[in-house]
Amino acid sequence: MTAEIRDIAIFTTLAALAATAVMLVPGVAVAWLLARRQFPGKSLVETVVSLPLVMPPVATGLLLLWLFSRRGPVGALLARVGIEVVFTPAAVVIAMAVMGLPLLVRTARAGFEQVTRRYEEIAETLGAGPWRVFSTVTLPLASRNILAGAMLGFSRALGEFGATIVVAGSIPGRTRTLAVGIYTFAETGQDQQAAVLLIISVSIAFVAVLASNRLARQV
Amino acid sequence: MAAFDLDFTLQQGEFTLAFSVQVEARALALFGASGSGKTSALEAVAGLRTPRRGRIAVNGHVLFDSERHVNVSVRNRRTGYVPQDILLFPHLNVRENVVYGLREGNRPDLHVLVELLELSPLMDRRVGSLSGGERQRVAMARALYSGPDVLLLDEPLAAVDLPRRRRIVDALLGIRDELSVPLIYVTHLPEEALTVADWALLIDNGRIAASGPPRDVMPSD
Repeated sequence: MTAEIRDIAIFTTLAALAATAVMLVPGVAVAWLLARRQFPGKSLVETVVSLPLVMPPVATGLLLLWLFSRRGPVGALLARVGIEVVFTPAAVVIAMAVMGLPLLVRTARAGFEQVTRRYEEIAETLGAGPWRVFSTVTLPLASRNILAGAMLGFSRALGEFGATIVVAGSIPGRTRTLAVGIYTFAETGQDQQAAVLLIISVSIAFVAVLASNRLARQV
Repeated sequence: MAAFDLDFTLQQGEFTLAFSVQVEARALALFGASGSGKTSALEAVAGLRTPRRGRIAVNGHVLFDSERHVNVSVRNRRTGYVPQDILLFPHLNVRENVVYGLREGNRPDLHVLVELLELSPLMDRRVGSLSGGERQRVAMARALYSGPDVLLLDEPLAAVDLPRRRRIVDALLGIRDELSVPLIYVTHLPEEALTVADWALLIDNGRIAASGPPRDVMPSD
């Protein structure tokens, strides 16, 4: 394995881990809201969260490019404090997080829905406030699903291609991921490099999905 | 003795539960057939169901009063509730379940509670490995350790084998007499009501059909 391939594998794994960490708190919060609360615009939130699952990833990438470019609504704000996102490793992490989020939200939501409200009611009768009920009863009882959802989100992040290549490009040693690397190597006739990346990518995804399925079955 | 003021109307779809009773008792039994509204009454006291109108007070502590717009939140009612399905937290062991309630105030000493309910050999067990009677005793300890003003029990003998029922009844008597925690408990077993309660309400189709000492209220057969 060449140093370049090794670096791509390490960078992709770290970026997918970072993306999973980034999506975890908002993903769990949205999943809990969708499972437990009625609020105006709930179906809109459900739809927006699921969009990256059904939209062409390239279109999601274009949307992110517009949002985070220097003239975009988020990018302009970040530019003022000297932060640039597009075509940086941060763009890879953002693209991965956006694409993985729907899987985390769906799986975690199912987990919260499986926790019977009655356990939470009992905790309330024992004097627990909303945060204590959530952190000591709801969250632990839904934790296997949340973990399974995080694994799925991580697996999705590992394989991310369309959104990443649009918003982060394929800069060697900076933003090139496994999926983007396979495409680039294959297109430039470096079939052996592409094949090695392919094997690495399949192996990591296989382990992640296997672990996720095992966790989900133990719920 | 505790003063129970239960004067409320609760609507559940087509079913109306109407209570109007003021009694003083150490242990109040709600006795009646399945579907008569006993559990709903208990849940109204715990705050898990909101009456349409009326007043609920225990020892002068008003929990609900529709005229004065009082509806104390579930967490602040200080009612220890043991539902029929017990619902021990499955991810916590026995000890962690028992000490879950962190309320300040007049909660019993843990050691006394463990002795009274014979829990010492169980404290480090997973709740999934407990028998019905053991689960019931752990749930009672959990509710009591939160320092309740009243303990609400829904069919505490339902999940317990006949030979082990005596142990639960002894525990109930201990709670009533040694810890001096007033009880309201739901039952459909006359003998249980006769042993533990000093006042009984016979509930029939959402109404109080009779109120008095258990011996006078219980069906004679």
